[in-house]
Amino acid sequence: MNSHATARRPASERSRDWLRQNLFSSPANTLTTLLVLTLLAWLAGRFFSWAVLNAVWGQASVATCNALMGQGACWAVVADKWQQMLFGIYPQAEQWRPALAVLVFCSILVLSAMRACWRVRRLLVLWVGGSLLCAWLMAGGLGLTPVPTALWGGLPITLMLAVFGTLFAFPLGILLALGRRSSLPILRAASISYIELVRGVPLITVLFMASIMFALFLPEGVSFDKLLRAQVAIILFNAAYLAEVVRAGLQALPRGQYEAADALGLGYWQTQLLVVLPQALKITIPAQVNSFIDNFKDTSLVIIVSIFDFLYAVRQAVISDLDWRHYFVEGYLFAMAVYWLFCYTMSHYSQWLEQHLSRDQRN
Amino acid sequence: MPITKNIARSLAALTLGVTAGTALAGPTLDAINKRGTLVCGVHTGLTGFSAPDRNGKYAGIDVDYCKALAAAILGSPDKVKYVPLTAQQRFTALQSGEIDLLSRNTTWNSKRDTTMGSVFPGVWFFDGQAFVVNSKKNPKVRKLADLNKASVCVETGTTTERNLADYARANKLTFKPVVFEGQEATEKAFQSGRCDAYTTDSSGIAAMLVNLPSRADYTVLPEIISKEPLGPMLRRNDQEFFAIMRWMIFALQQAEESGVTQANVLQMKAESKDPTIQRLTGASGEVGKGLGLDADWAVRAIQAVGNYGESYDRNIKPLGLTRGMNALWNKGGLMYPMPLD
Repeated sequence: MNSHATARRPASERSRDWLRQNLFSSPANTLTTLLVLTLLAWLAGRFFSWAVLNAVWGQASVATCNALMGQGACWAVVADKWQQMLFGIYPQAEQWRPALAVLVFCSILVLSAMRACWRVRRLLVLWVGGSLLCAWLMAGGLGLTPVPTALWGGLPITLMLAVFGTLFAFPLGILLALGRRSSLPILRAASISYIELVRGVPLITVLFMASIMFALFLPEGVSFDKLLRAQVAIILFNAAYLAEVVRAGLQALPRGQYEAADALGLGYWQTQLLVVLPQALKITIPAQVNSFIDNFKDTSLVIIVSIFDFLYAVRQAVISDLDWRHYFVEGYLFAMAVYWLFCYTMSHYSQWLEQHLSRDQRN
Repeated sequence: MPITKNIARSLAALTLGVTAGTALAGPTLDAINKRGTLVCGVHTGLTGFSAPDRNGKYAGIDVDYCKALAAAILGSPDKVKYVPLTAQQRFTALQSGEIDLLSRNTTWNSKRDTTMGSVFPGVWFFDGQAFVVNSKKNPKVRKLADLNKASVCVETGTTTERNLADYARANKLTFKPVVFEGQEATEKAFQSGRCDAYTTDSSGIAAMLVNLPSRADYTVLPEIISKEPLGPMLRRNDQEFFAIMRWMIFALQQAEESGVTQANVLQMKAESKDPTIQRLTGASGEVGKGLGLDADWAVRAIQAVGNYGESYDRNIKPLGLTRGMNALWNKGGLMYPMPLD
């Protein structure tokens, strides 16, 4: 009743009430609010004058930046070195290729996010075709100069590790989740041990195993591509986490759903594929996207096995240049902006998806 | 007993297969020639030693060494595949055979030379741990002893940290180490006045100071508290490749001593009457043959990267480092190429 009354009052009144209740309810709270606001305003003002007002924009010489050091940001470092920041040590003459690959890759992501493409065949064509195109652009051959994976770096690597790391982990994760809830004891024990073992070690350890220890087990001279090894390690790692996400969805389904499927005479796989999984996956979308964002950011750990992800490419581009090496803060801020752009888009998309699908459910 | 026989046969096949495999993999040199490229483990990014330049190509004094070897063995300095390695990865990469050699400013010490399946053929760069102080903040500090009770910025997880503690204990000094993760964080902390001094290898200090607008505020202290002889590494039990790597170092240093440069090496080979130059350039003697290479091996290496001094000037001089210990023995340094014969 009370809330009903509040809802009918004008917005200005409501926000005033909110302010009074949450920020100015007592003298001590009022004082704290004012102090924190002043501090925030001061910090924001300083940051704004450093990052925008006094900053050096566009192409500029190091001397111009040096003259302003400490007072203004030097975005000239990004203007000068953005190619190396985005694509690492990929041969410069060929850098249109990773650029195009990133573009294609992002288009695949955007397209498969759109409802019109949600048909198994369309998605399959889109992903297989798009991935092959990207792989050809990056690796070369068939008319393009071959570029070994040791030279790949930057944004394409980060995107590739994150997206394929989730894509291929997904089926594996679903199987593990089903295995964990299976009534077959050996299968269940195996799934549980795998999930708990992998979740019990940090990603760095898994990468180390894949990149360093694995090489020692192989006979001398035999070696798999380092990037591939890291990619497989990330997939295996993510699978364990996704398995738990999917299991949460499986457990959230009312028993009636299983029983109804049984009553219809559906077999195990039919029950799972037609009744259980579509619902379980739908209700766990927020957790899935969360897991993907986590994975996207975790890829920066691959530098420990000398794979140059985007973050390291930024660092390397700035630090290894004698002229610009004092301006790495600007470089890191640029990296932050790019990461933020991707993660923010993803979390917004997940919100949209959730609303969209729950509307379906209501209808 | 057909089953036993079969098992015995497959076991024999397996053993033979393994032996054949080992014989084929053979010494590093065979593998390099067969592959047509030299696989060189380098630093992921250390200015002056190995770091991608403006064009994204690896450059530096450690990279030059790889190029010289590729030119001598394979005929072209471009036939190198660089494998950038982190500090944690470098030794395993060498042990597992992922790389042919490691040229990644690695300190030569007894442990790495004996127990790790690897050896050092020589020293390519003498470094040492030094200190830099902010003299605006500490105008009276002239030597290390003046830094007693001062705070020192140091990067975590490096031998630098241990050296600092060892030195303090041995000299009855107290330092307050302020530890940071990563080179740039440590540098920034020092520059913003977080500590009185900053310690790392002299080459690292030089790289920080070059192009720093407030360069005049900083003083590098004269003491060097550790020995860091940096050199390339290869796997043990590979005498052929060991000899090539060792004599590549000597050849490039001898070239500097004899005044043979990138520009004049061909002319020297044709005209010089100096027996050392003749042996170096293959005009006489059998140095190349002894190494299992042709007579022109050193000429190609010098054409590719110049002599040691030229490589130093191109890569290390821009950091503002003088030759110091890295000068030739007859110029007051420690570089002493063994005689060619």
